[in-house]
Amino acid sequence: MSWIKPRRRHPAAGYAVLLLGLVIIGVVYAAIAGGGSAASAAMPGGPSAHDIAVGQALFARTCSSCHGMNAQGTSAAPSLVGVGAAAVDFQVSTGRMPGKDFGAEMPRKPVTFTQQQIHQLAAYIASLGGGPTIPSAAQVSPAGADMALGQQLFITDCAQCHNFAGAGGALTYGKSAPALTQSTPTQIYEAMLTGPEAMPVFSDTTITPSQKRDIIAYVTTTRAEPNPGGFSLGRVGPVTEGLVTFLGGIAILVFAAMWLTMKRREA
Amino acid sequence: MSESTSNPSDIPPDENGQEAEEPRAPQRVIGTPPPAQARTLLGEDEANGSAPVPRELPAEPDNPERAKRAERVVATCFIVSMLASIGFIAAYVGLQVHTVSSAANSNLALGVAMSIAFGGLGVGATIWVRQLMPQVELTEARKPMASSPQDRAEFAMTFTQGAEASGFVKRPLVRRTLIAATLPLAVAPLVLLRDMGPLPGTSLRHTVWRKGMRLLVYGPNTPLRPADFAIPGQMITVVPDGFQDNLDALAKATTIIIKFGPGELQPPTQMNWTVDNIVAYSKICTHVGCPVALYEHTTHHILCPCHQSTFDATRGAEVIFGPAARPLPQLPLGTDAQGYLIAESDYNVPVGPSFWERG
Repeated sequence: MSWIKPRRRHPAAGYAVLLLGLVIIGVVYAAIAGGGSAASAAMPGGPSAHDIAVGQALFARTCSSCHGMNAQGTSAAPSLVGVGAAAVDFQVSTGRMPGKDFGAEMPRKPVTFTQQQIHQLAAYIASLGGGPTIPSAAQVSPAGADMALGQQLFITDCAQCHNFAGAGGALTYGKSAPALTQSTPTQIYEAMLTGPEAMPVFSDTTITPSQKRDIIAYVTTTRAEPNPGGFSLGRVGPVTEGLVTFLGGIAILVFAAMWLTMKRREA
Repeated sequence: MSESTSNPSDIPPDENGQEAEEPRAPQRVIGTPPPAQARTLLGEDEANGSAPVPRELPAEPDNPERAKRAERVVATCFIVSMLASIGFIAAYVGLQVHTVSSAANSNLALGVAMSIAFGGLGVGATIWVRQLMPQVELTEARKPMASSPQDRAEFAMTFTQGAEASGFVKRPLVRRTLIAATLPLAVAPLVLLRDMGPLPGTSLRHTVWRKGMRLLVYGPNTPLRPADFAIPGQMITVVPDGFQDNLDALAKATTIIIKFGPGELQPPTQMNWTVDNIVAYSKICTHVGCPVALYEHTTHHILCPCHQSTFDATRGAEVIFGPAARPLPQLPLGTDAQGYLIAESDYNVPVGPSFWERG
């Protein structure tokens, strides 16, 4: 270290040390962050050939009767080539797939597969032709999001179907926009990205990933609002509350009037 | 006298409250007063101006045991009401209202306490009346309301004398200028109607969209290239550049754009108003102006949440169900030099609900 000694009192020495520190931090951070994003992609550790093979076996056993042996689609169900891992994760993690009753739409129901199996299925479908990937936990985290912008976006483009508090609503021919009360942030993100069933697609180029986080923050915060009266009444707004109050109030008044004018029964 | 009951012949006196054997006629409707089985509050003599006569009311209830129980129930109701009132004051003092949720909790506590307070009073009073007070119905004969002929004659004379003395008849100048003064005052409120705003003119036929105006995604207010909107099944609400904060303008100009796959768009959609199978329709329903944005990308239906008008987005948004009378107007789309989506002109037909002169 003798070569440093004469130079350490040089006027530029402080700047050199600072620069060196910044470079080291940057390199280390890039290495960690790069590794982190790779790890948090579609599945922990990334999809291996083994995962894809297991996913294909799962698919052949539980999905292929409708979607075809190679996910090419049949008259009963659409092709899954290119729908992406996000679509698989949304449909299977909400229990909509595997479908049971072929009605107007596939309702949410208890999940059939484990998280690992879902990721293996998703890895298989993604291996058939790309498509949107499953977002990482950081991508869907509502922490620090701009909830006001999220509310504006939600009210403009989501609330017509899903209700301004995410309570859901009716569509045509027996379909409905589901309530967002049980949706996880990941599922909300995937739904916007993939447009399941009748829902339009809100791709990252129209509603950016950070705006999607804003929307998730609005949805998750709104549904956590307390109901001081004890009843949410579906959270569909003042009309329901007024109707319930009106009907309940009228009933109370009618019974009170009947009681007041009832003939006294002498013992 | 006061005891002179006026029972109709078909209702026998019902001393002990037992239901009479023969049916009462007419049948009593719930919520109406019971039929007359009553004593007059004012006796005939009293109505004629003579001295009041003391009435005889039963002093003791028929069943003292039962009355004792009722008394305790009434007292309990009043005590509950008192405690609730004290609770109201305690809740007002004790519960802070600095946040939305604490204000809601405070409202809940105040409301519940107050309803119990008033409810206890009401229930207690009703039980008191029904169980403890003598069940005797009294009628009060009305006294004539007209003034005596002497009073009326005196008033007419005073009025005529006053009119003469004031000179209203004798001095026509004063009378006419008074009338002239009040006439414009009566017209003045009509002039104030002008404050309801200018006549709409042709403003109902136009929106703020102009040739070359960019489409901004409403919310983040970012422009869009066709390549940003390339997945069939996409839909988004857009507003004219420069008017994103002008809610008056947006009430008419708000627009939805929808991306279709090749060959999905059919006539009567104006194909040369689309860019890469992106089509723009007014978001204002042609029925009563609700925002139509329930878009099902599987059926290509645009639905209005208010009255279920349904528009087929592939066929020029023509009405396929519901009360809307016209298709949603289509906005001519193009791209500018930087490749962003722009409007090629304003809507060529009025947007929104029908109006009288629309034709």
